[in-house]
Amino acid sequence: MTTQPLLSVRDLSVEFLTRQGSVNAVDRVSFELHAGETLALVGESGSGKSACALALMGLTTLPGRVAGGSVVFDGQDLLTLPERALEDIRGRRIAMVFQDPMSALNPLLTIGTQIDEVLERHTALDAAARRARIIGLLEQVGIPKPAERLGRLPHEFSGGQRQRILIAMALACDPQILIADEPTTALDVTIQAQILELLAELKARLKLAVLLVTHDLGVVAQVADRVAVMYAGRLVEVGDADALFEQPAHPYTAGLLRATPRLSDNQPRMTAIDGVPPDPRVRRSYCDFAPRCPGADAACAARPPLQSLSPGRLAACVRPFAPVWKELA
Amino acid sequence: MTAPLLQVEDLRVHYPVRSAGWFSRPMTARAVDGVSLELARGETLGLVGESGSGKTTLGRAVLRRTPLTSGSIRFQGKDISTAGTAQLRELRRHMQLVFQDPTTSLNPRHTVFDAIAEPLIVHGWSAGRRALEARVAQLITQVGLPADTAKRYPHAFSGGQRQRVGIARALAIQPELIVADEPVSALDVSVRAQIINLFQDLQQELGLSFLLIAHDLAVVRHISHRIAIMYAGQIVETGRRDDVYDRPLHPYTRGLLAAVPEPERHRDGRRTFPVALGEPPSPMSPPSGCRYHPRCPLAVERCRQEAPPLMAMAGEHKVACWFPGAAPISS
Repeated sequence: MTTQPLLSVRDLSVEFLTRQGSVNAVDRVSFELHAGETLALVGESGSGKSACALALMGLTTLPGRVAGGSVVFDGQDLLTLPERALEDIRGRRIAMVFQDPMSALNPLLTIGTQIDEVLERHTALDAAARRARIIGLLEQVGIPKPAERLGRLPHEFSGGQRQRILIAMALACDPQILIADEPTTALDVTIQAQILELLAELKARLKLAVLLVTHDLGVVAQVADRVAVMYAGRLVEVGDADALFEQPAHPYTAGLLRATPRLSDNQPRMTAIDGVPPDPRVRRSYCDFAPRCPGADAACAARPPLQSLSPGRLAACVRPFAPVWKELA
Repeated sequence: MTAPLLQVEDLRVHYPVRSAGWFSRPMTARAVDGVSLELARGETLGLVGESGSGKTTLGRAVLRRTPLTSGSIRFQGKDISTAGTAQLRELRRHMQLVFQDPTTSLNPRHTVFDAIAEPLIVHGWSAGRRALEARVAQLITQVGLPADTAKRYPHAFSGGQRQRVGIARALAIQPELIVADEPVSALDVSVRAQIINLFQDLQQELGLSFLLIAHDLAVVRHISHRIAIMYAGQIVETGRRDDVYDRPLHPYTRGLLAAVPEPERHRDGRRTFPVALGEPPSPMSPPSGCRYHPRCPLAVERCRQEAPPLMAMAGEHKVACWFPGAAPISS
């Protein structure tokens, strides 16, 4: 990839202040997001993937705080930008969609009013032009008869429709980047499939760059061009989706893929990754995944850095591609 | 096969719902609307449906935790649909519930010992404190938790470990039936498999029957012997696991299976059946005829008029569709 990235994240760290001292939720995470690509940031709960996405947008709130790094968008570091300037970028050029559409919408305002607020704030359109734009946006995300439904309240829509409305709102100002944090996790599987199709279609049509934060490798496989895997606050693997699914380099990625149940699979036992993620309050010098890794040995006593394996492929493991997981009988 | 442990016949659970406005006509939500099912000893029935399908209400109704509108439930051959308070108390010895969210189902001020001992005490433990401690310790080991767990509080545990505590609590009084409502959907993928394997081990060891309520089709396949697919308050397809998964006949089942995102199915057009369109109906006003017809790629006039009954196909496979297994009308 030789093109200039749209968004460049360097050594981003987020810490949470607790009574026992500070805890690193995100530890020196670096990645780039290019125009027109979908990058999936994958991890389980506590991996720091959401903290990372919030930090990019300057939305880290206490007890969390950004402890270091830079997020360069359009030549400026978002982390050092004054709140005023950041607000202008957020919503207009970088938009966000969250997991729970009900809590992201104001229950007391009609959906027309809520989308209008975004347009009023970020555009110079007059009321009639804004109304036409709102109807067009709702049509684009698949809300039937939008003109008749502008005056409805959020609770009058289903969960899937509310997520569509939020996506319409995010797209209101033609953003270049869409950050979607678990956008389909709260939805049923048939609705999830519809929303994923919508996101893929919008990405292609509007040449959006999408940062998709998710725990679900099945979802990643449907929509991602590139994948970044997080474990215990750090990136452990980055690569093109096809290559990474074909042959994961990090044992955690491989273990996660192996533990993801398949419909066609009627093995008598499900394959788990034994153990639990490490306690974030404990500082370690060894590889974070070593306690759960069947391939771990003395070489894992020093935490391996994220290093390049081939163009576009990175992994933090002393023995990338090692077949540490037993093949299933 | 001997008499089933659980036998549900034509069960209905309807709720009155107040719509907005003080003087508006009260409406009825038909959460469960004519469901029949059976569960044998030592068997797992996977009850699959999306939100609003009535699967959770059905699970609660089986345990008599929600009032029934009509129909019957027989447990060990006895009709329990009209059981009174005293009978219900006795019944709860035999049937237990495992919840989705292990965080909210445990009291944060109670130690793990208290949480597991509570059902034993409620059901009249009389063998003394030392035996109680021994029994709790045994349960803790059985669900794969470290022995020092008893003295600790729920917040000290991860989600998977808390779910193990919830399972130990449900097992304490040696029930025959466990209704598990989305027991792993709040857990991370790497931990989910551990809990599913635990369910299977416990079933083998103790001969338990499970009614597993879930929306995750891949997980359900792993653990179930038989499957029931629920849509808008009714069972639309049921049968042995491999029959339902490998030869699904109802267009809803087929659309549901097609919608599951899997790591191997890279963004391609290899779907053999279209994903279900639109959204499920409101339980207050289910569509006429077949309740799936507004979303169905096979629907014709007959489907709008006449509701198909659950019809027997090969073996135990049953389906409620006028055109089971038909190819979708090309658009």
